[in-house]
This record gives sequence, C-alpha cells and structure tokens, in this order.
Amino acid sequence: MANASYPDDLLYHPEHDWARVDGEEATLGITWYAQDSLGEVVFFDPPKVGAQVSKDAAYTEVESVKAVSDVISPLSGEIVAVNETLGDSPETINDDPYGDGWLVRITVADPSEQEALLDAAAYEATLD
Amino acid sequence: MSAITPGADRDPADVVAAPFRADDAQTIFERSHPGRRAFVAPALDVPERPLDELLAPEMRRDRPPQLPEVSEPEIVRHYNRLSKRNFDLDTGFYPLGSCTMKHNPKLHERVAALPGHAKLHPLQRPEHAQGALELMWRLQEALGEIAGLPAVSLQPSAGSHGELAGVLLTRAYHEDLGRCPSKVLTPDTAHGTNPATVTMAGYEVVKVGTDEHGNVDLDDLRAKASDDIACLMLTNPSTLGLFEPNISEIAAIVHDVGATLYYDGANLNAIMGICRPGDMGFDIVHFNLHKSFTQPHGGGGPGAGPIAVSARIEPFLPRPVVVRRSAGGDGHRGDGAGTVFDLDVDRPKSIGRLRGFHGNYGVFVRSYAYIRSLGATGLRDVSETAVLNANYLLARLREADAAKYLPVAYDRLCMHEFVLSGAPMKRELKIRTLDLAKRLLDCGVHPPTVYFPLLVDEALLLEPTETETKETLDRFAEIVAALLREAAEDPEVARRAPYSTPVRRLDEAAAARRPVLRQAL
Repeated sequence: MANASYPDDLLYHPEHDWARVDGEEATLGITWYAQDSLGEVVFFDPPKVGAQVSKDAAYTEVESVKAVSDVISPLSGEIVAVNETLGDSPETINDDPYGDGWLVRITVADPSEQEALLDAAAYEATLD
Repeated sequence: MSAITPGADRDPADVVAAPFRADDAQTIFERSHPGRRAFVAPALDVPERPLDELLAPEMRRDRPPQLPEVSEPEIVRHYNRLSKRNFDLDTGFYPLGSCTMKHNPKLHERVAALPGHAKLHPLQRPEHAQGALELMWRLQEALGEIAGLPAVSLQPSAGSHGELAGVLLTRAYHEDLGRCPSKVLTPDTAHGTNPATVTMAGYEVVKVGTDEHGNVDLDDLRAKASDDIACLMLTNPSTLGLFEPNISEIAAIVHDVGATLYYDGANLNAIMGICRPGDMGFDIVHFNLHKSFTQPHGGGGPGAGPIAVSARIEPFLPRPVVVRRSAGGDGHRGDGAGTVFDLDVDRPKSIGRLRGFHGNYGVFVRSYAYIRSLGATGLRDVSETAVLNANYLLARLREADAAKYLPVAYDRLCMHEFVLSGAPMKRELKIRTLDLAKRLLDCGVHPPTVYFPLLVDEALLLEPTETETKETLDRFAEIVAALLREAAEDPEVARRAPYSTPVRRLDEAAAARRPVLRQAL
C-alpha cells in the first residue's frame, strides 16, 4: 500500500496500532504509518493463542530491515487467533496492514478501554 | 562533480567482462581442488609409528576436516581481491556515529607483533609472564584513572560483553544485600545492546523518555524509579551526541532507590581527561578499547570491553583479577622494584570467569601503547579535537541546502557526534536517508550510522573523530551539498545508488526473509 491511509472503522492507539472491534472480539494490527516507518518487515514473532494481552503493553515484536519494534496492544484480552501466514510472508504487513496483514485476534476483556482510543482523524493528527 | 556521476546502468564493457568476472564471487571453498596444496611437508626423518599408538581411535576424527585445498598464489589472490572489495578506515572517511572509527596508529601493530607479546602462551604460569601481567595491571590502572573508579577487570571481550558483566555485577551486588529488584531502566535513545543485555541478564527493560532538549526526561525517571529498579544504563554523551547536564540529579534519583548507575562507554571519546564517569556518580563503566583506544574494528579485529567499578561493586568483579604484590621469598621475578604481578583467584564474592584465559591480550597491548604514547594531556587533546571536529562538520552542514533538507535533530552544542534528520529531504526531494547513504558510497565515503537513534525520523548519526583533517571534513560537506543538488534535479540517481561498489543495491528484505546460504560446512 503506497499511500497513507487510516480507515474510519478502526480504533487507534498512539503507539501506531489499530483495533477492529467486532462484538466481543477485536482484530489487532499496526498502522500504515508504523509499517512505513519500520520499512520492509522481515520477521513477525507470533504470540501464542491463549496468551493474555494488556492495553498499552507489548505483546509481540516485528523486525524490519531497520529495527526490531515492540507491538503495543490497544486493548486487553486473550489471544484467540494468530495470523499464521505472516511466518512465511511478513511482507503482508507492509502490503496490506489493515487487511491480510492483521496480527492477532483477541477477546475484549473490558469494552470501556475503547473510550481511551483514537478515531482515524485524531490519530492522524498525532502524526504531524 | 564528475567523480560521482553514475555510469550507465549497463556499460558495454560490463556485458563483455561479466561472465569472466564471475569467479570473483567464489568462496575459498569453491576454489578448492582435491590434492592442491600451499606447502610441501619435509621428508620424514624419524621412524614411522602406527597412528593407534600415538592417538587412540576414539580420539580421532572419522573423516578429515573439510579444509579448502588451494595453492599459495590462489590464497594470496583470493584474500587480496577480497580486501580490495572492502571499504575500511585505511581507505577513506568513515563517520559511522557511535562507532568511533578513528585512525589506528601503525606503531601499535609493531608493538603487538613483538614476539614477547604475540607468542606468549595463555597457559604460561604467572611467574613466567610477568611482563604481560604488568602491562595488564598498568592498563587497569590507567583505565581506572580515566574512569575515576578504583577497580578494573579486563576480561569482557566486547562492549556488549562489558554491559553483560555490568548487569551481572549489579545482580550480585543486590543479592549480597538480600535485595531482588526485577527491572532495569534504559533511555529510549539507548544503544540496542542495552535492552538486549538487560533481557539476557534476566531483568525486565523499562524505557525512560527523552525531553524536548534531548536530555533524559527527569519527571519520567522519577516516576519510574522505585525499589524494584536494579540499575539505570546511560550513555553520556548520549547517542544524540549531547552531554547530559542533569547527570548529578539523575545519579541522585537512581542511588536514592538503591539502584546502580551504569555507564555505557561507547561515547567515551568525547570526555577523556575532561570529566570522569566516577565523578558523575556512575558505579560501573565499560570501555570500548576498539573505539576510544584504537584497536582496529569493524571487521578488522577483535574488540575488548573492560569494566571499571566503584568500591561497593569491587568484591564482585570477575576473577581472576590481575594484582601487584610485594615480592616475597617465593622466587617470582618482579619488575625489579620488589613487586610481582599475579592472578588473584581468591575472590569469594566474584561473579566468576567471563571468558577463557585473560581477555583479548593483543588489544590490551595496542590500547596501552596508545595511552602511553599520548599521556594524560594527549588523551584530553583527543577528546577536545573530536568535539571540535564534530562541531565544525555540523557547522558546515548547516550551510545552504544541507540545513534545509538535513536539519540537526537537537539544536545544541554537540559533543563528538551529532544527529541530522532526513525527514525534510524525504518529503521534498523524494529520497530517503538510505538513498543518500548508498550514494555516499559512490563518493568514496562510508555512510554515517542511519536510522539510529530510533526517536529521530530518518536519522543520520555522524561521528567524524579527531583523526580527520579539516580538508576531509570540508570535502564531506561539499559531497553532501552536491548530492542534495543532484537529488533536486533527479532523485532517481540516488534511489538506484550505489553504482561503483562490487555489488549494487542489495535487497536487504529478501536477504533477511529468504537467506541463501551457499556454503554447507
């Protein structure tokens, strides 16, 4: 994905992570800005299904040609699915950060945490 | 600027020569030919004995080691060609920030090659290695004086190894007091080795923020300082090339919660003989002898990462420690003044050995030669000139185009290195820091450190060192200005660089994702 984009249906964390909340579950990933800053992603360390994630805490790492970065969880919960295809093709995170490049799906432990997250416009404003 | 104009992508000469140049990329193993040798063994002049008598079968290999079988001219050509494909400090300017790529005086090689140093066996008993032990002891004393701390261990063999030693010493210190903190603080500007060391030593990393001036964010530090903190690891000057003016206050905050203060010595080149980490309140310091004290490095040889510590950490130092004792009647030969040098292993609180034998001894010889050649005033000159050179280069790069496209990240007097941001260049000229770095290779310059520190967008970290001339610094500034003009006309030139190197732009992502390992050993 060549140009910056921040879909309106996502919630954003200022550490450049997004959440797509769907009922009691949420899909998590990193934003266009995050993948652009990292450069080409070469490794995704898949967390274990069943692991607990906490809002604002790192739950895994992504490695690019430039750096290894923590991935911060925008919400708390338990991991119910991991995007296994990223093991063989981590570049999907660059190609489609909001679609096929999703990282994990979690159960949402505390829906009220969503109030602290940003909408697309507010997140984009933090990037200037 | 004809020297840096790219050739056509496919020069006709390349088309003809390419197939015949292929063997340039061969490994020494691929040059191997069965039975070919670089030596002839002399005729046997002793009675031959069965091998089983000399070495039991279970002690021997099942099959011979896989060594390359090549003739002497092939060996010479192979390595000579390889050396020409390398870019090194003896070839050109190498402003690789935080790596201190200074000139390594050739005198040191002559001294390190003296047979008394080079041929000394590491298992030699102390009484037969008095000269080497004296050199190590004197180096310890000199490093302790430079750090402003009373005790030194030369064992760690790299900066990262020194860091690990420092954090293990911190753990031993806390355990001795019956404490068990679980976290170590590192600034968000820290060298990547700091958090890696913390994790390896079994602690949890907690990052401390940076304020708008580039200093440690004191409010953030106070908020995170607690009795669960074992240590703060700090570089001063920081990786932003800035001296930390609040160091006394930082030391007080850290010591108030019972933690140790660790000095990452990667940037020591800025302060030698001017101020001392021990006086700033640091408990543990590592030195990079291969940076500040001229051991060739970056592919050119092994490093060494000695540590200096305060009195409260001293009991835990790795053993053995090189000591000087009064000569007794035990027949040791000393330095003629009634003293002998020895290895002290009787250290019950020691964290133990950190490596086999005594460290990288050749590095000690070079560093000791450097310290003694320059003396105290010379070392101070080194740091003053390193800072002057960095500030001069920064001033040159703040002229005209460079200031516009590559602004300095923190507008302050810098120390021995400084950070520029390539963000405006990326936005307006459509070339990234990586493109500029690659294009510099075509100009006979090693690129600076790029994309570090992480908190500066499109960062370039430049450290010219004290051993570069004004002419070299001027030429570098002119090259950068010319490359920015070139990018304004045609950004594609930089995007496709380099043109003059043995290989062109590498696909780093593919190399990391799908490495092709040719040599199966």
